[in-house]
Amino acid sequence: MKTGYLLLAIFVMAFTTYLIRTLPMVIFRKKITNRFVQSFLYYVPYVVLAAMTFPAVFGSTGSLAGACAGCAVAVLLAYKGKGLLTVAVGAALAVLAVQIMGF
Amino acid sequence: MKKKKFLQGIQDGMPICLGYFSVSMAFGITAVLSGMPVWAAVLTSLSNVTSAGQFAGVGIIVAGGSMIELAFTQLIINMRYFLMSLSVSQKVESRMTTGQRLAVSYGITDEIFAVSMQHKGELTAVYMAGLILMPVLGWTGGTLVGAVATSVMPAILQDAMGIALYGMFIAIIVPPAREHRNVLFAVLAAVAASYAFAYMPVLKEISGGWSIIIITVVISALAAWLRPIEDEESVSAAEDTPAAQEQEVHA
Repeated sequence: MKTGYLLLAIFVMAFTTYLIRTLPMVIFRKKITNRFVQSFLYYVPYVVLAAMTFPAVFGSTGSLAGACAGCAVAVLLAYKGKGLLTVAVGAALAVLAVQIMGF
Repeated sequence: MKKKKFLQGIQDGMPICLGYFSVSMAFGITAVLSGMPVWAAVLTSLSNVTSAGQFAGVGIIVAGGSMIELAFTQLIINMRYFLMSLSVSQKVESRMTTGQRLAVSYGITDEIFAVSMQHKGELTAVYMAGLILMPVLGWTGGTLVGAVATSVMPAILQDAMGIALYGMFIAIIVPPAREHRNVLFAVLAAVAASYAFAYMPVLKEISGGWSIIIITVVISALAAWLRPIEDEESVSAAEDTPAAQEQEVHA
């Protein structure tokens, strides 16, 4: 693998990704007051995170049973209002427990 | 005050940093096994800070793909950042300078976006600097460790850590969905749509990156049209989630 090609490839990837991230930040300097756009942006985080989590979460670990247990624990802890780290670690521990049991 | 904001950012970024470490270790391992030198894997992580885009990029680089192919793949997989950045742009303090905006946008990842959306109040450049610093260190450091050691973590532990990032997402979605009916419906619609894109004929041919973009635009627009938010809710209504309040208590 040539160093020149690698450097150029990494630069092209980074530059494309950076442009996508930075354009909205620099262009939209004023608060948007349009009610539809405000509502749209209000829903974006929840919709995008939900779509990225399901069904991908079920394939995120070594076994489906482990992933189901981890997901259930995460939803339960989150429902009780626990913080990010508690939920994430709780889910991982549940996966570990199920996988150690051999599922 | 500034120092406090920065430390708050560091603290909020710690769980992301831990979650990133194992994922980027997997990236380091994959990259080196595919034939990439260690420095290139580390430089890729430091300059891109994006998981799916990097995994796809390595595949193309190893196959000797063209620059256009690389750029287009990143564009499709990472287009969701455009929407996330747009949301963040509405929550940053209005006096944030262009230079600060250029710097902050470097660190808009799924997880940093998620945490910044549930942060109480406006986002300052200092807070964002703290929030971005640890995850970037974790992401780059994990890549280095994975690339150098190629496999140190026992497989079973790596497997279990795979769910950590999704656990964080769930922690962010569930409390407001429990509180607000409109959020619950939007979330359920997004999940249903996501399943359709994963398993339905025709729809499942669409790549993951495009699916997320389509779902986000269509469902958010539908929700905004059917259930527009009240004035007092505004973009930063996510502040009042129990998770955010709990984080505040721990702070």
